[in-house]
Amino acid sequence: MTVRPIRRLATGVAVAALSMSVLAACGGDSGKPTLTWYINPDGQDTLTAIAKRCSTDDYSIKIQPLPSSATDQRTQLARRLAAEDSSTDLMSLDPVFIPEFANAKWLAPFEGGLANEVLDGVLKGPAETVQWDNKVVAAPQWSNTQVLWYRKSLAQAAGLDMSKPVTWDQIIDAAADHDGTIGVQANKYEAYVVWINSLIQGAGGNILDPATVESGRDAKVTINSQAGKDAAAVIQKLARSTAKQPDFTTSNEGTSLGAMFPAKGAGEFMTNWTFVYKNYEGLVGKPGGPKDKAEFEDLGWVRYPETVEGKESRPPLGGIAIGVGAYSKHRTFAQEAAMCVTDSDAQAALAVDQGFMPSRESVYASKDLTEAYPADLLTLFSQSIDTAGTRPKSAFYSQISSALQSRWHSPTSVTSGTPKKSADFLNQILEGKALL
Amino acid sequence: VSTTYVQTAVDPADDARPPNSDRSRSENRLARRLVAPALVLMLLVTAFPMLRALYLSLFNYSLTSPEDKEFIGLSNYVTALTDPLFWRDTGNTVMIMIVTVAVELVIGFAFAMVMHKVIFARGVIRTSILIPYGVITVVSGFAWQFAFSNTNGFVNSWLPFVPDDFNWFGQYWSSMVAIMASEIWKTTPFMSLLLLAGLAQVSDDMIEAAKVDGATWWQRLYKVILPNMRAAIMVAVLFRALDAYRIFDNIFVMTAGANGTESISFLTYRQVIEQFQLGIGSALSVLLFLSVLVVAFVIVKLFRVNLADARQES
Repeated sequence: MTVRPIRRLATGVAVAALSMSVLAACGGDSGKPTLTWYINPDGQDTLTAIAKRCSTDDYSIKIQPLPSSATDQRTQLARRLAAEDSSTDLMSLDPVFIPEFANAKWLAPFEGGLANEVLDGVLKGPAETVQWDNKVVAAPQWSNTQVLWYRKSLAQAAGLDMSKPVTWDQIIDAAADHDGTIGVQANKYEAYVVWINSLIQGAGGNILDPATVESGRDAKVTINSQAGKDAAAVIQKLARSTAKQPDFTTSNEGTSLGAMFPAKGAGEFMTNWTFVYKNYEGLVGKPGGPKDKAEFEDLGWVRYPETVEGKESRPPLGGIAIGVGAYSKHRTFAQEAAMCVTDSDAQAALAVDQGFMPSRESVYASKDLTEAYPADLLTLFSQSIDTAGTRPKSAFYSQISSALQSRWHSPTSVTSGTPKKSADFLNQILEGKALL
Repeated sequence: VSTTYVQTAVDPADDARPPNSDRSRSENRLARRLVAPALVLMLLVTAFPMLRALYLSLFNYSLTSPEDKEFIGLSNYVTALTDPLFWRDTGNTVMIMIVTVAVELVIGFAFAMVMHKVIFARGVIRTSILIPYGVITVVSGFAWQFAFSNTNGFVNSWLPFVPDDFNWFGQYWSSMVAIMASEIWKTTPFMSLLLLAGLAQVSDDMIEAAKVDGATWWQRLYKVILPNMRAAIMVAVLFRALDAYRIFDNIFVMTAGANGTESISFLTYRQVIEQFQLGIGSALSVLLFLSVLVVAFVIVKLFRVNLADARQES
């Protein structure tokens, strides 16, 4: 009969141990809270330092890297938020996730004075992306844009005056006639949509009508327009030109980097993000980079090319904004932390260490940045970000992007009929009448 | 041969119901009570999600736009069934199912014979045949993706008729071959395990008798072993076919659906998880469930007819 008391004792000990561990887990509420910040893995070292600096006596910030692909980042965050996860306090958001998340009410808006503080001194492009339904739903941390990178010698040989805006037509002809190439992103992925969007906006049009874009399924599709045809004409022209690169249809941000300083040929005109400068600066004398300092100085940069001559281009816009989870247990602390991780010091650190450009105009004048980048390049970046065109601000953006990719890829098949085809398909997708 | 018949199943005549006494009634009640918690739990974890999917499939519902949720009846089913993408992916899935199950049946049977007949190092041989089944499908997918890779794989250098820089994942058919190779490698052991169980049930007396009657090895296989294994074969084919029809992991890892290599499961995954379209995604999952039922029905029907034939023969 001694077995029973022993068993009872063992059960008692197990229950006590279990309840203690449960109590310990709940104990976090009474102590100093830890805010979880889901970051995308780029620039993790700098972000870790920023998180440390922004931790206070009231709370500490712990970073949690998301997967490297944008799709996986979005899916993981959405799964947590759809399940009303209270541990998602802060999150790094790509501009195109913001309308989706805000419309689902997954982001806690910044209100009153805080909203003004978030937008204080922020360039127009990023300021526009963080607003949804007249509310500020995220704080811009850094911004990305594309400019036209080129070899000065190639432009000179072609007789192009780069002090004035250039058009896609001009650079395609110049590259084709002078042994050069054109570097773009035309694989079946998001950056191809970025290109298409900028081409259309540069011609004065839009994929979806900006007045109705926030109405979700009821948004008016406006891609089948003269601007859509102008955009298609540029892609068609490049696809048929000898200036296109061999991997044109599968090109991405990395594939065309090597064509700027090739062993043979005159180099390229390339639309690409801000990281390009630091990339080549670090590659002087190394494979894939300029062979010496003189060749590096042959690298030029001007504003994103015009789709239609005389119409100001609308450069692409990327970057990261910090959102606060609507189900966070520490919303006030999280918003305070969001302000800190997006302050001028954080933006300057990200620009100097990682090449991520600031969203706030004043940071461009900071000493750290003026030492790290040429003055005219900084001006070009900030002007491009200020006047950038945003991708459709829709709660259905992911579907819109996939639908465009399916109708505009491969770029060699793009014709003047492509805008109409994609408009029909977009309408069907928005109505829920077709599969993607 | 035909006169040798070994009774393995319980004769229905022996299965007479016990008298309906008070005791048996109370035992039945107790049994029901004992089973009830498990039944309720099972309904919660299986029936609830299924019914929920059925319910959601009647709505135009996006996770990122909850306010636009709208009842649309069977429209999602109409959209899916009239969309060429659905039929292309169904075609892919059916092809993968037929090819992999057929190849696995042949190889699996050979392995089952080896495992059955082997007289030395039985444990080691049986274990080594079963190892691939213990490998997680995602890992198997990655392993085969690396094997078929044109930069760091070995398949191109092993196959004399394939150029060294051939990109297996660059077009449809070669991608499908790679996906199916991984699927077959991974699940053949499962097939052979089920067939081994069937093989063990075939009485040695029958085979001996056939031998005495002068049947050749092939005749013994076709006339004695296979007909007596029909139930085991049906179970093996059914299980594997249903599994193969839901193929997802290998496609996800190896091609992510590129070049039209998507399966129905993958299409459903994309609608629900990537596009957040809970309505159409649920409709697709209901259709997937119905197709699995149809496949099961067809296979059961197919084999039942054959079993009846076999009975008439005897």
